Amino acid sequence: MKLVSALLIAVIFGIGIALSGMMNPAKVLNFFDLAQIGAGTWDPSLAFVMGGALAITIPGYWLVFRRAAPLQAPRFQLPDTKVIDRRLILGSATFGIGWGIAGFCPGGALPALGTGEPEAFLFVAALIGGLLLARALETRGLRSKPAI
Amino acid sequence: MITDFTPWQSLGGGALIGLAAVLLMALHGRILGATGILGGVLRFADMDDWRLKAALLVGMAMGPLVLLALTGQTPAVEIPISTLAIVLGGVVVGVGVSYGGGCTSGHGVCGNARFSRRSLVATVTFMVTAFATVYLTRHVMGV
Repeated sequence: MKLVSALLIAVIFGIGIALSGMMNPAKVLNFFDLAQIGAGTWDPSLAFVMGGALAITIPGYWLVFRRAAPLQAPRFQLPDTKVIDRRLILGSATFGIGWGIAGFCPGGALPALGTGEPEAFLFVAALIGGLLLARALETRGLRSKPAI
Repeated sequence: MITDFTPWQSLGGGALIGLAAVLLMALHGRILGATGILGGVLRFADMDDWRLKAALLVGMAMGPLVLLALTGQTPAVEIPISTLAIVLGGVVVGVGVSYGGGCTSGHGVCGNARFSRRSLVATVTFMVTAFATVYLTRHVMGV
């Protein structure tokens, strides 16, 4: 049952990503291209994605966290670190650079696999390469350890 | 490549993303973050955790197929850049989200919805560098 509900929830997420435009690099890159404002071709759609998502998650989480525990698991698993460090900032800055280069973020690319688009598979393969590279740097004794 | 402004479709898609995030927290007590899910599938320490994340990964990829079955069409994936940029961007995103501890879904939606300061800092940071990168690639380098 746990796996079935997880699968269905992820299908809802995948449909949301597909409809929103987040799995379309052309749309993502046009959102980030503010120079198009002058030309009248800027596509601000993606601001509506974040707006729509937060309009549901902010009140939704508030309701969920009034309960002591989730329905299908013993406890809520939330990140407990509150430190704003170099790793968080440099990692996020690096992510933004990659997002601006490729137009895919992880949440946009994973549902895009379902369309069969070869470039989505290529991106996800490279993404996996990047995740494993960060782990390899960690085991090589680099002091700053990746979070995921 | 010009794209149409789709406020209602993007708002609706965003609401579904939010609904999925709320349901995953209500049922499984987990943050719905694509980085954490993919990263979890690449670890084989805890098999219960692995199965949950594998189910989430498969479900995400099924999304466009279910949409196709329901409506007879699926939104476009248009690639206005070179294959080299896709691969380079993928590696850079992978290293970045690994150190940053999340991406648009984990920090941008889930973290901000629970008013995490770390997620707010992460979101502002990756949005600023993405805007700057597109400015550089399109208008300075002319890619």
